[in-house]
Parts: sequence; structure tokens; C-alpha cells
Amino acid sequence: MNRQSLDTLKAALPHTIPVMTGYIPLGIAYGVFMTSAGNPFWYPTLTSIVIYGGSLEFLTVSMLAGPFNLLQTFLVAIMVQARHLFYGLAMLEKYKGAGYRKWYLIYTLTDETFSINCSADIPEGISRYSFWECISRLDHIYWMTGCTIGGLLGQIIHFNTEGLDFVMTSMFTVILLNQLLKEKGHISAWIGAAASLLCLLLFGRDSFLIPAMAVIVLMLTVFRKPVERSGDLS
Amino acid sequence: MTQTQAILTILTCGIATILIRALPFLAFRKDTPKYIVYLGNALPPAIFAMLVVYCLKDVSLVSGSHGIPEAAGMTVTILLHLWKKQTLLSIAGGTICCMLLMQFIF
Repeated sequence: MNRQSLDTLKAALPHTIPVMTGYIPLGIAYGVFMTSAGNPFWYPTLTSIVIYGGSLEFLTVSMLAGPFNLLQTFLVAIMVQARHLFYGLAMLEKYKGAGYRKWYLIYTLTDETFSINCSADIPEGISRYSFWECISRLDHIYWMTGCTIGGLLGQIIHFNTEGLDFVMTSMFTVILLNQLLKEKGHISAWIGAAASLLCLLLFGRDSFLIPAMAVIVLMLTVFRKPVERSGDLS
Repeated sequence: MTQTQAILTILTCGIATILIRALPFLAFRKDTPKYIVYLGNALPPAIFAMLVVYCLKDVSLVSGSHGIPEAAGMTVTILLHLWKKQTLLSIAGGTICCMLLMQFIF
């Protein structure tokens, strides 16, 4: 490893520690869940590479237990992953000049990787594309590691990680807080919170995300002038 | 489901995921319309607020632990962060608080 990539790794690694504490236990939990449903031990590793999206991977376990229907699988997968559309939109301009790295960055754009790459300040002297790639790769490695360990452990070991998944909630909260401290108007954050809560109440926890996304886009369009004037744009 | 069918199902999920993640980049390859650039810039705070709600969607206020561990974890995270502004510390503090409450009290 040359000097430059070592510097990049040093700058990127601390940002990924919360993701590591989240991904490895969660990956293990998922791996155990997948194999204890009677699937081969290497399925979790396979899905961690092919799908690489936690909630959909958990859902795959029940899909595999159900009837074989690729169209339905595809539609459900699109619905579950729909929020990732937003990440692509938000990273559109940032990832534009990434050259050959772009497709790996897009392929690994999970909730957590998006959060870091969208919000982290990149130290001077480090290429932003290498930085983002390093974050994406580390997160991917954590997830694959967790899933693989989980698949191997199967039903052998039981351990109490209850509450550990809160690490993700806490991480998103801190990032939201950082955004709020940085900007003045908070219009976008309020729209996001209000639309999500309202749709959660109206549509229930299993189907509120897509209506919430639609309401967010609608409100941001309606309030475009005040949002642009408040200078909150990143 | 046979093993071939299972692997096809997994591949289908993978293709759907990559499609969703790549769609904005495929749709706006050349010049991005101003409106889309605006959305891309204005969305992040709304997305993070949405993600926090999404993470807490399974918390029930009327049953189980009434969301107390999560509320305590959030409070600790926010207070620690306003006080020290150390991202890792805020996340660790809030998470440990939530885990302890869940495992030993509720």
C-alpha cells in the first residue's frame, strides 16, 4: 500500500467505526437467521455481495421459504429499496467525476455509506473519490464479514445483542443533528420529519416509506423558493 | 424452492437493488436539470429525518417497553453531541444506554 492510500485509509477509517459496530453484529444476526431457516451456510455471503442491502436481505429469507415467483420478488425488492433512489439523487453531482470508481460507489450506496459520503468533511490533500471509495469498500467488507461469520455460526451460538441495532438510529440522529447545526432554515429537515411521521400514522410501518418520499419531493418542490433563499443547500 | 430457483431469487433482488441505486445516474447522464440538482441538494436533511423515523418505526409506545429505552438512547445521543460534538462518543453513549435499559430493566 502506498503512502497516499494509507493516508486515505487513515482519514476514512474513523468515520466507518459506527458502521462497523452496526454491520458486523447485524450481519452475524442475519447470517444466523438465514442458515437457521435451513439454507446453506454460504447464502449470507452470497447475498452480502449480490444484494448488499440489509432490510432486503432479511426479507430474502422469507422469500426463499415462499413460492418461486421472480416478478413478485422483483417488485417487492424495488419497493423495499425505493428509498435508495434518494441517495442516488443526492449524490448525483458528487459522484459525477468519479470515473471508473463511479459504478462501485453506486453499487455500494447503502443507507450508512450514503450517510457518511454525503456528510463527511474530507481532509485536505486527500482525493474525494478515493476517500468515498475507501469508505464504501470498508463498509462493504464489514457487512460481508458479519454475514459470513453468521452463516458459519449457524445455530451453534446464541448471544444477546438486543438493542445493538440502535447504533444505526443513533448514527442517523447524529448526522441529522450535524446538518441542523450547520444550516439555518431547517425547512428540509422539518419536511422530512413531518412527512415521515404523518405517512407512518396513515399507512402503517410496512408501507409508509414510498408515500413519505412522494410527500417529501412534493413539499420540497412547493417550498423551493424559501429553501433556496434560506441558504440551506449543501 | 430448488437451489437454482433460490439463487435466481437472490439474483433478482440484487438486480433490483442495483437498478434503484443507479437509476438517477442512468437517467441524468449528461446535463442534470436544475430542478433535479436542487432536489439533490435539498434532500439530505429530509432523508436523515426520514431515516430516523424509519429506524424507530417498530417502536411501540403502548406495549412492551413503551419506547423508553429508545427515547433515553436518543436523549443521551443528542445531549452528548450538543455537549462534546464527538460523533463516536455520542453514538456509543446513546447505544450503550439503550442496550443496558433493554437488557437489564425491560
